[in-house]
Amino acid sequence: MSLALNLILIAFGTGMLAMLLLGVSQVGDRLRDNARGVDLVVGAKGSPLQLILSSIYFIDFPTGNISEQDARMLAANPMVKKAVPLALGDNYAGFRIVGTDTGYVSLHGLELAAGRFWSEDFEIVIGAEVARVQHLKPGDRVYGSHGLASQQDVHEDHPYIVSGVLKKKGSVADNLVLTSLLSIWEMHGAEEAREITAMLVQYRSRLAMVALPAMVNRSTGMQAASPAKESARLFALIGVGVDTVRWLAIALMLLAGVSVFVSLYNSLRERVYDLAVMRVMGASRRAIWGMIIVEGMLLTTTGSLAGILLGHAAIHGIGYWQGSPQARLDGLVFLPQESWLLVAGMGIGLAAAILPAVQAYRTDISQTMSKI
Amino acid sequence: MLQTTHLTKTFPNGASLHFPDWTVGKGEQWLLLGESGSGKTTLLHMLGGLLRPSAGCAAVNGTDLYALPARRLDRFRGRNIGIIFQQPHLIRSMTVGENLQLAQTFAGMPEDPSRIRELLAALDMGHKYRSYPGELSQGQAQRVGIARALVNRPALLLADEPTSSLDNRNAEQVVRLLSELAGVERSTLVISTHDDRVKDAFFKEYRFELSRERISDQLEKS
Repeated sequence: MSLALNLILIAFGTGMLAMLLLGVSQVGDRLRDNARGVDLVVGAKGSPLQLILSSIYFIDFPTGNISEQDARMLAANPMVKKAVPLALGDNYAGFRIVGTDTGYVSLHGLELAAGRFWSEDFEIVIGAEVARVQHLKPGDRVYGSHGLASQQDVHEDHPYIVSGVLKKKGSVADNLVLTSLLSIWEMHGAEEAREITAMLVQYRSRLAMVALPAMVNRSTGMQAASPAKESARLFALIGVGVDTVRWLAIALMLLAGVSVFVSLYNSLRERVYDLAVMRVMGASRRAIWGMIIVEGMLLTTTGSLAGILLGHAAIHGIGYWQGSPQARLDGLVFLPQESWLLVAGMGIGLAAAILPAVQAYRTDISQTMSKI
Repeated sequence: MLQTTHLTKTFPNGASLHFPDWTVGKGEQWLLLGESGSGKTTLLHMLGGLLRPSAGCAAVNGTDLYALPARRLDRFRGRNIGIIFQQPHLIRSMTVGENLQLAQTFAGMPEDPSRIRELLAALDMGHKYRSYPGELSQGQAQRVGIARALVNRPALLLADEPTSSLDNRNAEQVVRLLSELAGVERSTLVISTHDDRVKDAFFKEYRFELSRERISDQLEKS
């Protein structure tokens, strides 16, 4: 009974820590992967975090639009090595339609699994996940709808034609529908006042890191946000919650240690004859000491191992059922840091068993066996 | 083969027991008699290497037990001395067979299932090899205790009140088996008891009688 309780306590503590470790590391990895190669995002004024979230991770709503002309002027700046325009605003079955140019493809190193990249208006290239979920292949026709998620306001006059399907990349691109800027503009009848949502910028030199954002923010109607800085800010925000859960998990594991200690200590009283009889049979004090230590460590190590597996299962479950596919979690990835959880489990077992083991070491055989 | 000289045990409360010197020859079977409280268990534990005397020495087969380092003494006890207690205290989570195997393991002897089966058969317990201690009667459990004490062919077999928790029939049987098996295995046997049933059943003539007067502190002082 107490054995099961101890196992559960340790498994839960370790499981929570494993989940945190995996979750934080994977979310961090995804965030970094998706922002790779993007030094700066330029968009309409508003919250910089929102700008990053909407134009790199495609999570939040965009801050607004900027004129294409302003964006082109900025892209011509010598400090800019590469500039990729993005035009958001429509979705297909919940997948965001992104008007862009081939720069986006080369920025993320996207490759085709089938078909070809768009060349005509209203041709789209879809991410692997879009193709899988919607059972699409090159040549299929789909209708986009206005907005980022709703399927209410369908653009029925112009169908999109799937020209290509991307290879699975494990990044946000899997969930995107890519097309040319022109297709977006034509869809909205906006050939006159051309607007884009944001522009991803790559610096030419380190100097630009300081100069360019300052220039954009001060002397244009646009704002510049750094993905690195904003994700760090986001992590600081999440960090409070992560820390709370982490301390809770650590407290749970310590509690498990105390529980193992108590049950080992109590069971010693029941087993005092067993231990004395083993001594009579020739077991040395040290062998008895070792037995108790091994018992404690075996218990907590098994618990931690179960906990790690539990954590992975939970992460995998969350990844499977989770609504937002942008940062999908994967429970099949094992991190080297997880071995520390195992070490911690063994350590707790050792710490919990040491006093009972010393007690067992000191047991006087003659006294015990005289008590009948 | 068993030799004690000037054995003395002083207890934490200051009282001390002085035991008369005792010599037991190889293969002999002795009764250690005395009222309860006369120090039978204390003496037996000192002979078994379980209790370090305050003074004097106990030698088994020429080995002075308490001159050995602790680990060597444990090993020596496991291999050369079999001890039977009032209660066998079998390990409940293990079968009869496993309990006996454990005795071989702890003594550093190779596991020998045929030896275990042979002993159990001799004790008429062969069919209980796979039983757990909880499924045995007291008499049966005590017989397993005897098997456990004998499994490593000890030179010396000590039994401390082996019949005190048994009924007449079982008590008689246990004493008879102890004596017979000790004879077959050529182990020297010492049974400590104050049980008249044992005295009656045991026909060997060697008796070592402890009396309060002879060994108590007071006598020593006078």
